[in-house]
Amino acid sequence: MASIKISRESCKGCGLCVRVCPKKILRLSKESNNSGYFAVEIFAPESCTGCASCAVMCPDCVIEVER
Amino acid sequence: MATVFKKTDMLTEVPFHYCPGCTHGIAHRLVAEVLDEMGCQNNVVGVAPVGCAVFAYNYFNCDMQQASHGRAPAVASAIKRVAPQNIVFAYQGDGDLASIGMAEIVHSASRGDNITVVFINNAIYGMTGGQMAPTTLIGQTSTTCPGGRCAAQNGNPIRVCEMLATLDGPAYIERVSLADVPSIRKAKKALQKAFNCQKEGKGFTLIEMLSSCPTNWKMTPEQALDYTKNEMQQIFPLGVFKEVK
Repeated sequence: MASIKISRESCKGCGLCVRVCPKKILRLSKESNNSGYFAVEIFAPESCTGCASCAVMCPDCVIEVER
Repeated sequence: MATVFKKTDMLTEVPFHYCPGCTHGIAHRLVAEVLDEMGCQNNVVGVAPVGCAVFAYNYFNCDMQQASHGRAPAVASAIKRVAPQNIVFAYQGDGDLASIGMAEIVHSASRGDNITVVFINNAIYGMTGGQMAPTTLIGQTSTTCPGGRCAAQNGNPIRVCEMLATLDGPAYIERVSLADVPSIRKAKKALQKAFNCQKEGKGFTLIEMLSSCPTNWKMTPEQALDYTKNEMQQIFPLGVFKEVK
């Protein structure tokens, strides 16, 4: 069982993590955060393998990975 | 469950001011992670450039100095000479390093200063609003070459790694890319090599990182990474250009 923790308020919604996720379980939220960005969210957390590709790609270090 | 990835302590809690999708953040993190893993948190001095990364001193959790435009290698060289017990790195963009700072980087490399230079090449002046840089590709548009860079009028892009590799001073020179996850992992390995060379006193090391500038390239972050991969890597081939054993 793996999981990721997204720091929603620090996310700028660039979508690079969505692009690199091998399981395609990330998407940009429809609601903006306090900075006005559509932050990333995980919609199928049970499928996460904890590969950390999203965290490696994230330019703003908003993703923490546990495995 | 164990935490397998989190923001390194070598970076402060200050959020990066970079545009969404800018790979400067990835480069910052890689440098910080490598220094953290080397266990030299308390004896690192970084030199911030002029350009988008001018506020790097707010982000790195180590001693930092900000240099005049293009002069980061000269400042880093001085710091290393007066306090050689420190790991010293300069972090520069392509407008800073390859244009106004060309003399400093060439002479620093030629002297074989025992410093590490992290060179972020995004083929454009980012902070000042997207003007043509010495590294802008032929045909690439910018605010000062709206019709695309033309070799007859503007010259050809400068390949810094290849040029510096002809000198005797450098110990390690590699060009890496930040366009995808495997490339980023390779980039981290390159940084580890460079900083280890410095630790062993081998001399000047430079890692060029091909980056993206979605804002000034007028692209989405994803398109910008594709451009880095498909266009930039053609002109700026990846690889090790100098390695002193």
